[in-house]
This record gives sequence, C-alpha cells and structure tokens, in this order.
Amino acid sequence: MPDTNQTLAEYSVLFVLLAGIVYVVAFVAFAWDLIQNSRTTATVQAASTAAAQQRVAVGAAGASDVVYAAGYDPEDRAERPSTAHIAAAGTADDEMKYSGVRRQAARVAVVLTGLAAALHVCAVVMRGLAAGRVPWGNMYEFCTTGGAVVAVVFLIVLTRRDLRFLGTFVIGLVLVMITAASVAFWTPAGHLVPALQSYWLIIHVSIAVMSASLFTLTFAMSVLQLLQSRRERILAAGTKDSLPFMRMMPSALSLENLAYRINAIGFVGWTLTLMFGSIWAEKAWGRFWGWDTKEVWTFVIWVVYAGYLHARATRGWTGTRAAWLSIVGYLCVVFNFTIVNIYFSGLHSYAGVGS
Amino acid sequence: MADKTKKPKKSATADVKSDVALPKLGFRGMLRWAWRQLTSMRTALFLLLLLAVAAVPGSLFPQRPTSAAAVTKYISDHPGTGPVLDWFKLFDVFSSPWFSAIYLLLFISLIGCVIPRAIAHYKAIKSKPPRTPRRLSRLPQYGTLEIPAEQGVTPAQAIKDAAAALKARGYRVDIRDVDGDRPSVGAERGFLKEVGNLIFHTALIGVLVSIAIGGLFGYTGQRILVEGDTFVNTLVGYDSFSPGTNFSSTQLSPYSITLDKFTVKFDRESKAHYGQPLDFNAQLTTKDSPTDPAKTQTLKVNDPVSIGGTNVYLVGNGYAPVVTVKDGTGKVAFQGPVVAVPSDGAYTSLLVIKVPDAKPSQLGFVGFFLPTALQDDKGVAYASDPDPFNPQLDLNSYYGDLGLDGGAPKNVYTLDTSKLTPLNNRDLKAGGIVLAPGGSYTLPDGKGSISFDGIKRYVGLDIHHDPGQASALIFGVAALLGLVGSLFLSRRRAWVRTGVHPDGRTMVEYGLLARGEDYRLAQESTNIRKLLAKTWALPGESVAKRGAKAQDKDQPATTATKDQ
Repeated sequence: MPDTNQTLAEYSVLFVLLAGIVYVVAFVAFAWDLIQNSRTTATVQAASTAAAQQRVAVGAAGASDVVYAAGYDPEDRAERPSTAHIAAAGTADDEMKYSGVRRQAARVAVVLTGLAAALHVCAVVMRGLAAGRVPWGNMYEFCTTGGAVVAVVFLIVLTRRDLRFLGTFVIGLVLVMITAASVAFWTPAGHLVPALQSYWLIIHVSIAVMSASLFTLTFAMSVLQLLQSRRERILAAGTKDSLPFMRMMPSALSLENLAYRINAIGFVGWTLTLMFGSIWAEKAWGRFWGWDTKEVWTFVIWVVYAGYLHARATRGWTGTRAAWLSIVGYLCVVFNFTIVNIYFSGLHSYAGVGS
Repeated sequence: MADKTKKPKKSATADVKSDVALPKLGFRGMLRWAWRQLTSMRTALFLLLLLAVAAVPGSLFPQRPTSAAAVTKYISDHPGTGPVLDWFKLFDVFSSPWFSAIYLLLFISLIGCVIPRAIAHYKAIKSKPPRTPRRLSRLPQYGTLEIPAEQGVTPAQAIKDAAAALKARGYRVDIRDVDGDRPSVGAERGFLKEVGNLIFHTALIGVLVSIAIGGLFGYTGQRILVEGDTFVNTLVGYDSFSPGTNFSSTQLSPYSITLDKFTVKFDRESKAHYGQPLDFNAQLTTKDSPTDPAKTQTLKVNDPVSIGGTNVYLVGNGYAPVVTVKDGTGKVAFQGPVVAVPSDGAYTSLLVIKVPDAKPSQLGFVGFFLPTALQDDKGVAYASDPDPFNPQLDLNSYYGDLGLDGGAPKNVYTLDTSKLTPLNNRDLKAGGIVLAPGGSYTLPDGKGSISFDGIKRYVGLDIHHDPGQASALIFGVAALLGLVGSLFLSRRRAWVRTGVHPDGRTMVEYGLLARGEDYRLAQESTNIRKLLAKTWALPGESVAKRGAKAQDKDQPATTATKDQ
C-alpha cells in the first residue's frame, strides 16, 4: 500500500478553497444575470403580456383540435395545454436552445464556473493521488467529488442546452456541498479500512455520485417548475407577476419534461447503484440484501423515483404532483447521505466523520 | 387479497342502497370492480409510495433480524413505548404483516397490470400498423416532398420506395391502396419499448421469488474460530445457526476449515488514521470432505471463500488469551484460549472465564484484555493500541455457584455474579488480578491460581447458503435491461401518402406520431425526410421541413400513456 502524500493532500485542500472562491463569484454573476435580464425583459414583457394571454387561449384550442390516429386519446394533452411561454429577448425558450442574444453576466458566470470546476476537479484528482485510491472513501470525499461531478455535468449540459437560468441554483448547491464537506465532514487523506478495499467501491460509489448529481439538477428544475406553474396560474388569472425573475425560466411544462428526461437517466443510475451495492454486500457481508439502514434508504429513494416515473404516466399525477415526488426523492437522497450516515448506526457507518 | 376484495364490496353495497343511480353489480361484478381498482395505475402508484413510507420505520428502530440485542435494549430502555412499538411489529418491519400486505398487494396489482398489457402488446405486435389518418397534416410531425414529373416515379412506386426506406429504418410497414389514387403506407416501430417495460416488471416478480427461495431453503450460521481450531460443517459446529423454513440438516456438506494463522495490519504511517486497520488476512486449511485432500486458502474481508455450496465470510476478529486455571486442589481445571470481545478500535476486549470444574468451589473471572496497556493518571489501565505491544489481562475473580448446573443455556460472554462471592477486585484488600504473558497469580484463600500463557487471535466467520442468489442476480440484470429499453426506446408511427399533381409531379406527404413521451420525434421526422429525399435523389432538398407545425415543435409530442 503506497504512503499517503500529505503535501499533495494539502494542495488538494487549497484547490478546493480556490474553487470555492471562484464558485462564489460565479454564483454572484449568475444572480446578476437573473436580475439584469428580468429588468431588460420587463419592458418587452409589458407589451407582450396581452398577446401572450391571447396565445394561451389559442394554444388550448389548438391542442384539443389535433386529430389523433385511431387509439390515441388527446385527453392528456388537452388537459394540460402548454401555457404559451412568454418568449422575450434573452429568455430561455421551451426547447432550451441558445437564443443568440448575448447575456454578458451569464457568459462571465459560465466562464467562471468552468474555471472553478477545473480547480475543483484538480483538487479531487490530487486527493485521489495523495491517498493512492479513488477519492470517494468517506463523506468529505464523497461531497467534494460529488460537487465536482455536479459542476461538470452542468457544464456538459450547457454545451447542448441553455440552462444558464439554473446557474444560481446549481452553483449554490455545489457551494453548499463543498462547504459542508470542508466544515462538517472534514477528514484527512488516508487509507481505506478493509471493508472498503474493493473494486466495488469504485463502481458502486461512482455511480451513486453521478446519479445523485443528476438528481441534484432535477431537484433544481422541479423547484423552479413549481414556482413557474404558480406564476403561470397567477399570470393567466390576470394578476400582477409576483416572481418577475422567473421570466428568465422556461415554462413549467418544459422544465417538467427536461427534469423527467434527466430523472429517467438518474433512475437507471440509481438502479445500478442498488444492484452493484447488493453484489458488493454479498461479497462483503454474505447477503445481497439485509435491510441495513443505508439499504432501507436506498430502497426508499428507488421507490420514490419509481413512483415519480409512474406518476408521469398517471392522469392527475403529472405536473405539480410529479414535481413534488422529484423533490421528495432528492430530499431522501440528502437525508440518506447526511442524517443516515452520521446518526444512524448500520453497516455503512464508516463515513469517517468524528473519528 | 381476500380482505381487499371484500372490503370494497361492503362499502359498495351500502352505496347501492343510498344511491339509486349506481347500477347493481352483483358479486362477480363487485369482484371485477375490486380487481380493476387494485390493478389501476393510481392504486399501484399509491401502493408504491406507501411501500416507501412503510420502509422508513425499518431504519428508525433497531430490527430483530440484524440487531436483536439492540431491540432488547431498546425495549428495556423504553418500558412504556417499547412493547407498543413491538406490538406494531416496528422491530420486525420487513417481515411484519402490514409491510408484507403492501408489497404483496403491489405485486398482485403488478401481475394484474402486466398480464393484460402483455396480451395487448402481443396482439399489437401481430396486428398491422394502424390505418392511415385522413389528414396527415394534423399529426405532430408533418412534411411534404415533391418528385419532379421527369423522374417518372408513379405514386404506387413512390409508396413502395417509401415502404422499403422505412423498413430499412426498422419500421414494420403495411402498404394500402397501392393501385388507388392516394396510396399510402403505415409504419410502426419501437415494440421493444413495451417489451422492456413488461420484462422489467416481470423480472421484479422474479427477484421477489428468488428472495423467497433463499428464505425457504437457505441458511446462515456463525462460528468463532481461534487459531489452530477446526470448524466442521455440521449443526453442532456452529455457534449460532438460522435455518430457512424448509432447511434440512442433510443439506450441510461435511467440509472442514482450520484457521492456521490470522494477521492484521494497522496503519502506522498516517497521523490522522494511526492504528486504523488496513488488512485482515486469515490463512485457512480446508477440506471439502474428511477424505478429500487439504487445501490452503486465504480469507479476507470482501473476499469470501466458497466451499461446499456455501460462502464463508470474515466478519469479525479479536484476541483470545490462552489461560490456565488450577483449582484449590492443584489440578488444572481449565486450559485454553478464551475469546475476548473487542469493544473499540484499540481492542479493549471484554473477557469472561467460567471454571465449573474447579474444586472445592467453582471459579469465575471477568475483566479486560488490553493489547497495549497504559495507565491513566488515576492508575486505571486502558488499551492504547490494537497491536499486542504490551498485552495485559485485568481480571476480577469470584467463587461460588456459576449457575451452570441447571442445564439452561447461558451466554458464555457474561457472568452472573449474583450467587458468587468476590475474591479479587480493586475494592478488596487482595486487589485485582493483573497479568502479563507468562505471569501467574495465586488466588486468595487457597482457591487456586491463574496463569496467562500466551495470545492467539480468532476470527468470526459467517457461513451462508442462499440458493436464490444467482436467480436474483439474473432477474436483476433482466430488470435493468428492461428498464433501459422501456425508458429510452421510442414507439413511433409514421405514415406516407402519395398522389399525382395535375401537372405530373408526384406529391408525397408524411406524418409521425409518438406513443408515450418522445423528445426526438422532430429529429426522427427530419431523418425520414432525408431518407426519402435520398431515395428519390431529390435535388436541393433542404433539411428544414415545410409545413411542420410550429406549435408542436416547442414540446415533446406527448400522448402520455394514461391510466392503465
């Protein structure tokens, strides 16, 4: 077993700190972008509101007007007409494609996020090299690595879709993760206890981190979806806009659809996490399922997201209710990682906290 | 299930009396109604979410199957709420009637959903693609193409070409009215999506059945093995044994395992993790049966040894000090290693020695084994390191009735001192017994002596046989593949219709419809357009669709599968 390289480990901590500082600046830039854009769009908005409301009516009529082939029931669609998105300069459209409008603050924010993510990934790699193993052997490492994955996944998605409106939310969550890691979960770099010395650590935990990162993104989207659908209701009723910054965001339906697509991938990832976990549990403890506290919560999360996927196909459960399930699922993920690891005794209690 | 079918019946009959508008369903109608309720998506979703909620108490309270001792402690610590929680089976959540009821209802609901869907899907696969809609322009994806008259492609030929192109793209095709004015082709693909969905759900049933088989025919047992000792796989060889419901002792294959040596490596380099274990390594000599040749094997954490249809796991370890006790008559009353139970990372180990054969009175010892003993400022010894750098035995001794003669089983790791008289402890004049290896101590009042001869290590072994394991894995993998298919494949229908323009051009129109959510329908439409344009070598065909409906471009074509 190679020695732990303490110098490298210290550099890793320094890089996490640097990444954190750059993230804070990126966060401010994203927030600035939200404020600035909602101001510039406010004027355009006023003019288009009347037209938009008209479009709502047309949209609803148009949807129910579609003639479907035999066996197709247009009810679901007619029930939830896409509340016409109030497209204005600089706002994300429903496909979430880039509009071509320059948003200076957002561009700065993305560049800074890229820089911060690069520093963050360096920190994670250094930590791994310092310990001579994968950098996810305890909660500190799980959190810092998870945060880096969230940031990188966000940047990758940004190359294909304009999700910059999510920036404040996602970078905010990454900041929470690395702050929690550094303050509450701090553990010096070291070797793994025998129970964790298995290649299944690499497979099982990396997939868990990636799934949790995807769920982090969809959590943000589902929260925004709830806010947006509330705002859409208020606007449709002709009341004054109570959440003007939400002008930047796509419609509730688009948010829901994208969240669903990402959640579907996250669910497959979580299924793999659960299966690989069982295989590892069989190797380590002699049984593939034993209702250990961690197993219970992994199961609960799996069932909640399974419920979410089913809800999307159940009438009366789409939209807001599905969004709530997605949020509850993510809260379970957070609970599973924090409370269960720290306060519940179980076979997974080697988080390295407090020891 | 029986309860479920009866309950709605009662309430529904009451409804019939009060509300004349409800039609009388009769008993069979009522059963059908209950069945339909149970197998509806809404009920399935409700049961699924209920299952998630019901699992939570299993993590909040200690559970008997995993930590029986913690349950006993919890109940004695909470005399008020403990028994109530116990009555509600909150310490046996996962085998409780209410938890079982939820998942059994869920699986019945699932079966009731999967079977009709499988039949319907089989029929769908067998049947031809649906008839061509009258107005393709109403479909979510629509486009037109024109084949110039000079190419001489007739509408009938164009339809055959389109069908061939779609077929090459994986669609099942059906040509209609090929000789008519407006021939068309109906095409459909993505049947594997529903197949995947059905496989996923069926495989979940398979996983449940596999777990049940493991519970019926499997067994688990524990054994503590000191260096030099041999375990033989018979019922008496186990320290504790939990057979499955249908277990028979003839299932045990007569193999043997000898622990030759157990080595532990602790972290000596890192300051932060100093003394943390790095490696546990057990050297075993195994024989598949008494007549088979001996084999040397290594057992480690995460690396079980497979023997005689079972897996052997390394789940614990500790020190077993070797002790000799002579009684008051000078005879050896006890000799051998004593398993000491570690209670912390420095292996502060609790130890009990019972010497029922000692004369004139039985002797009992209780105390600690410390691998590296240090003294704190009050003179109390404590363990500072898990390696045996300064091993020490700290014991209190008793004499009298050990309470073993009644025949009732007693825990070997605890000593009931209620009927014993103390001989040695810190409060007595004789003091406690402190021994280093090689040392011996003569008990007061001529009761005998005790000597600390050496140290051995022991391992805790878990031995498991689970016949359902392999099939659980197979079904799990099948479920995963099915899930991927059902989530990421798309079921699509496409239609192409052709006709002749009065000026001789062949006009082609096409439309697409998705079943379920499909985000790439617009992309598919573009691809089909390119494909058709290539088929007829249409010049200057731009990718942009003409006539595509703008309002539907903004959102996925959703005809979400509704309640089924």
